[in-house]
Amino acid sequence: MLNSAANLVETVAHERASTAPLLEIKDLRLEFVSGTKALRAVDGVSFAINPGETVCLVGESGCGKSVTALSIARLVPSPPARYASGEILLRGQDVLKMSKGQLREIRGGVVSYIFQEPSASLNPVFRVGSQIREALKLHRPEAATNDEVVRLLKLVGIPAPETRLRDYPHQLSGGMQQRVMIAMALASQPQLLVADEPTTALDVTIQAQIIELLRDLKERFKMSMLLITHNLGIVGDIADRVAVMYAGQIVELASANDLLTEPLHPYTQALMRSVPELGHEGERLQAIPGTVPNLGAFPTGCRFHPRCPKARHDCPERMPELVEVLPNRWVRCFYWDKPLPTPEEALNPNNPVLLQAREQFVRG
Amino acid sequence: MNNLLEVKNLKVYFPVKQGLFSRVKGYVKAVDDVSLELKPGETLGLVGESGCGKTTLGRAIIRLIEPTAGSVHFEREDITNLEGAELRARRRRFQMIFQDPYGSLNPRMTVEQIIGEAIDIHKLAESSSARQKRIAELLQAVGLNATHAQRYPHEFSGGQRQRIGIARALAVEPKMIVCDEPVSALDVSVQAQIINLLQDLQQQRGIAYLFIAHDLAVVEHISHRVMVMYLGKVVELAEAKTIVREPLHPYTQALLSAVPVVDPKSKRKRIVLPGDVPSPINPPPGCPFNPRCPVVIDRCRVDVPALREIKPNHWVSCHVC
Repeated sequence: MLNSAANLVETVAHERASTAPLLEIKDLRLEFVSGTKALRAVDGVSFAINPGETVCLVGESGCGKSVTALSIARLVPSPPARYASGEILLRGQDVLKMSKGQLREIRGGVVSYIFQEPSASLNPVFRVGSQIREALKLHRPEAATNDEVVRLLKLVGIPAPETRLRDYPHQLSGGMQQRVMIAMALASQPQLLVADEPTTALDVTIQAQIIELLRDLKERFKMSMLLITHNLGIVGDIADRVAVMYAGQIVELASANDLLTEPLHPYTQALMRSVPELGHEGERLQAIPGTVPNLGAFPTGCRFHPRCPKARHDCPERMPELVEVLPNRWVRCFYWDKPLPTPEEALNPNNPVLLQAREQFVRG
Repeated sequence: MNNLLEVKNLKVYFPVKQGLFSRVKGYVKAVDDVSLELKPGETLGLVGESGCGKTTLGRAIIRLIEPTAGSVHFEREDITNLEGAELRARRRRFQMIFQDPYGSLNPRMTVEQIIGEAIDIHKLAESSSARQKRIAELLQAVGLNATHAQRYPHEFSGGQRQRIGIARALAVEPKMIVCDEPVSALDVSVQAQIINLLQDLQQQRGIAYLFIAHDLAVVEHISHRVMVMYLGKVVELAEAKTIVREPLHPYTQALLSAVPVVDPKSKRKRIVLPGDVPSPINPPPGCPFNPRCPVVIDRCRVDVPALREIKPNHWVSCHVC
């Protein structure tokens, strides 16, 4: 009566029709407190996801993408984590101010997660059917039936779901396990699916199957998706918009098409140059010189300056803001539209790392 | 030119045991009749999905796993049946680097001990100062520096750990290195650094690589020739650029089309293969790829196709090609 299925569908449809963003993260700062030190893993991240939209978070390991994604349902254990500032508005409500009861409702209800390693996310001692039923019991108790489990398994493309639901996770292949995870995530009819490197542990042909499935599902249910990946190829396949992160900050935010055809931030450019592409055999790969800074040891000023081909004297001194430099294109760089610095303008003109970065930039 | 490595009809079967008395009820044919050659200074890429036997093949070649049948000749010497000290002495000539830079370094040993162990076993340094000098040189060669020698593996990033693994392999001046997914666990930018390093080392030292990976773009980049495996069998073997531009086997074509492309304008047709790799315990009759093959014909379900040289240096095992 309170939550009849028809009613739910109607509210959901209504909410999806509205143009307000489903999720809005504003100036999120998250720190890990250890002793007297506070290490800031996420530093001033802001972005929004509209209903039905797919946003990709891209960056190297340790840049804060997973922590940002987990924050949406406040899944980062606190302590050691501390939300220093910011808002995470999910359907207009701030997740950071929610009570435990409210959080329980949105976790798996409004926001569902799938992770990198499906074998680690599934409970090895329960049959997959009962694990999916558990998700249903929590969020749609009226639908916690075998028929619904079978329907969900069929939805994610598992052959012979009637018998498969009696399997234990170890009886399924990695790709099938990930499909079960997706079925579980869809059980609650979420509005936002957060997929944290969902295909990294899978083979290329299976990866292609899962990406195809995710794309099909988001179209069918008009679901929003936040996809974390370090594979720029997947971005082109599925994303509407992309946020590139470096050292806890977003350095570039744009539509997938714009970003992949013409990256503006020097880091995005370097990242794209380092990807080996088919049909370019024999060319030397252009690795980004230097290393990703460690948490707690971020460089001053612009955090990319020790590896940046465009670094000039003032880059270590002041931090650039994320600015809308062109319509719908946000970049965190003072010199994104400037040519390479002359030796007089350049920061540490003889630093080997920066020399190499500049040389690569010229080669393009 | 003489071949550095010659593998003939190599088979690795693992018995599947069942019941109280461990009765053998069948075999997993992890590597089934594979032959290959490797020239000095050449890179042969080995691609395939998990479970296709590429790692087992790599390990069987350097005798980390005992082959069931077939032979391995290294520098024209049959190493298939060598034992003990004799095998150990040959191991100086071929080394391995592993996928997981976290798991393959002993956390309780310093970098100096890790690299020094290889030098000690093969008695490659006369004095302790020569040993130290050698370790410093090796660290430099892989892009680390001598001050790193006293540190422990946990103090390094994934890419740096992989460099330590490479330095350890180089310590004994091998002629061949089996690289088992050396970059799969690394970020793209770091991956590029390691691939460049491996290519530089090959040029400076003339080392041959057997490069195992599942990422075709990476394999194409570093390899001279590429071998595609499916369920323990070779399905296609050709030069790297031929494999990418004119793949003939339907499995290679699907594998290539599944590689995600960065360019959003590329309108490449993707072949999404249905299903998973079948269990190697009960492989399908006929061509092992037939249940997933988009161009399957009746003959594929009965006859196992042989590996044939369809064009010069381009080998394919398929009835349809």
